[in-house]
Amino acid sequence: MSARKRKTRHDDGETGYNFAYLDEQTKRMIRRCILKAVAVPGYQVPFGSREMPLPYGWGTGGIQVTASIIGRNDMLKVIDQGSDDTTNAVSIRAFFAKTADVATTEETSKASVIQTRHRIPERKLRADQILVYQVPIPEPLRFLEPRETECRKVHAYSEYGVMQVKLYEDIARYGRITTAYAYPVRVDDRYIMDPSPIPKFDNPKMDNSPALQLFGAGREKRIYAIPPYTTVHSLDFEDHPFDVETWDEPCGLCGATDSFLDEIILDDQGGRMFACSDSNFCTARRADGHTGQFAEDPIEESRKGEPAHV
Amino acid sequence: MSDDDVLLQVDGVCKNFGEIRACDNVSFELWPGEVLGIVGESGSGKTTLLNCLAGRTEPDSGLISYTNRRGEASDIFAMFEPERRMLARTDWGFVHQNPRDGLRLDITAGGNIGERLMMVGARHYGNIRGEAETWMNRVELELGRIDSLPRTFSGGMQQRLQIARNLVSGPRLIFMDEPTGGLDVSVQARLLDLLRELVRELNVAVVIVTHDLAVARLLSDRLMVMRHGAVVESGLTDQVLDDPQHAYSQLLVSSILQV
Ligand SMILES: Nc1ncnc2c1ncn2[C@@H]1O[C@H](COP(=O)(O)OP(=O)(O)OP(=O)(O)O)[C@@H](O)[C@H]1O
Ligand SMILES: [Mg+2]
Ligand SMILES: [Zn+2]
Repeated sequence: MSARKRKTRHDDGETGYNFAYLDEQTKRMIRRCILKAVAVPGYQVPFGSREMPLPYGWGTGGIQVTASIIGRNDMLKVIDQGSDDTTNAVSIRAFFAKTADVATTEETSKASVIQTRHRIPERKLRADQILVYQVPIPEPLRFLEPRETECRKVHAYSEYGVMQVKLYEDIARYGRITTAYAYPVRVDDRYIMDPSPIPKFDNPKMDNSPALQLFGAGREKRIYAIPPYTTVHSLDFEDHPFDVETWDEPCGLCGATDSFLDEIILDDQGGRMFACSDSNFCTARRADGHTGQFAEDPIEESRKGEPAHV
Repeated sequence: MSDDDVLLQVDGVCKNFGEIRACDNVSFELWPGEVLGIVGESGSGKTTLLNCLAGRTEPDSGLISYTNRRGEASDIFAMFEPERRMLARTDWGFVHQNPRDGLRLDITAGGNIGERLMMVGARHYGNIRGEAETWMNRVELELGRIDSLPRTFSGGMQQRLQIARNLVSGPRLIFMDEPTGGLDVSVQARLLDLLRELVRELNVAVVIVTHDLAVARLLSDRLMVMRHGAVVESGLTDQVLDDPQHAYSQLLVSSILQV
């Protein structure tokens, strides 16, 4: 967690930027879109996406949402693939530390706003937290229907059988539903939504979450939301029910058996281990005394025997 | 479903494209299980009329009324769009001349057939697959191709697939626009036989557009001859083809006989 610094007190302080970069009028426009998105769970609200000092693909949608909701007393956490210290996460955190002068943290439990790319934190979120997703492609129907006007009708009239065709194709070709990321969900029994490229492992966390979940797509200019305590159902078939990834071994560092694991190559001799993708979750567990097979010296331990893997 | 009710009531349908009168005051009735052929030269308005009937193009004036399974007749353009779209994927079917317009080319044959079932709520993969297999068989497509993409199919196979994809929902009314148009003569003949069998067996009503009078003779009970957007003659197929009354029908029939 970085120390709270209060260099500037005025909006147009030494940075020359308005608080949180966006001008107040833009923020109000985005907030109106967010309110609409919250009022109609899972519905994609078009918004006037602004040019940001980052290229598309770097989370410009999420950044604009965060910029519009963040206040001086917020505590911001930014993750990319579960980690706080990848380039994308570091850049966005630095961006807000600079333009909004907000305090930042890596601890999920301490954050009031969490901007994320590709993961939902393992630790259960609370009602006083907001999760902001960076979304590359907001339209879940894009794969089947390239025409925008037709997509809108399909949503408007709930003609969602076509989404099932995509899952049918998976099973027909591979024997099971192979969609592992951006797994489509139905929100509040109404709109079908693309949850952004999180692993399907995270889908159940969206369901009935106490935290407000906001989704921002910069390039495609869409905002959507899951209000707190909303039903989120992952699409499936009766005879091929939705399920999440499992691993044959626990996290090599903290021993967790209930978190999303990344495979980590340890050396060029086949040494490998699985470790929590949520680095803060893993660190916190280790600080609490939990330990995994590779906790001491991953490379040394890996040479003693190949761990079983999926 | 009641066989006493007229299925489709068409009254004074007009559709212009700028100066062109593509449909000019077309009226007719279609009864359950009946096959109506629409013939006429290129540009006479056959496709435009078909698109109007199927709810795909709104006429400038006139009424198209469909009687649903509960016996309730309603103006298809007065109903809410989602209701019309629902009819279009359950009660009705549309077989395009070019299968590319009627198939999802990036979806397997089985997925193409299963789509309508999933659209009305089927959520059991095994059952959907079973139905797809049944329809592959019925349209004489090799079962081994159920997981192939339609783009790897021949034109005739694509047309069979398009037919299966429509019939799977048990429609009461199918619109066909030159369904054998782009096919080789030998392939055409087999497809026509298949169509005739299916239509009889399922007792589905059909409006089929063609400019091939042989196709019209083989499939349709009744025939409408169109020219410049208007119906110039209509009647039982054999009557119209063997004893055309209107000069234009006579010309049409004789020009075919000369070939
Ligand atoms: N979308 C459109 N815009 C403008 N004109 C159109 C349009 N569709 C059809 N037309 C015109 O309306 C008339 C009827 O066309 P239509 O396609 O219905 O004829 P058709 O009988 O199906 O001909 P074909 O046998 O060649 O398919 C033609 O003059 C055509 O050029
Ligand atoms: Mg035509
Ligand atoms: Zn761990």
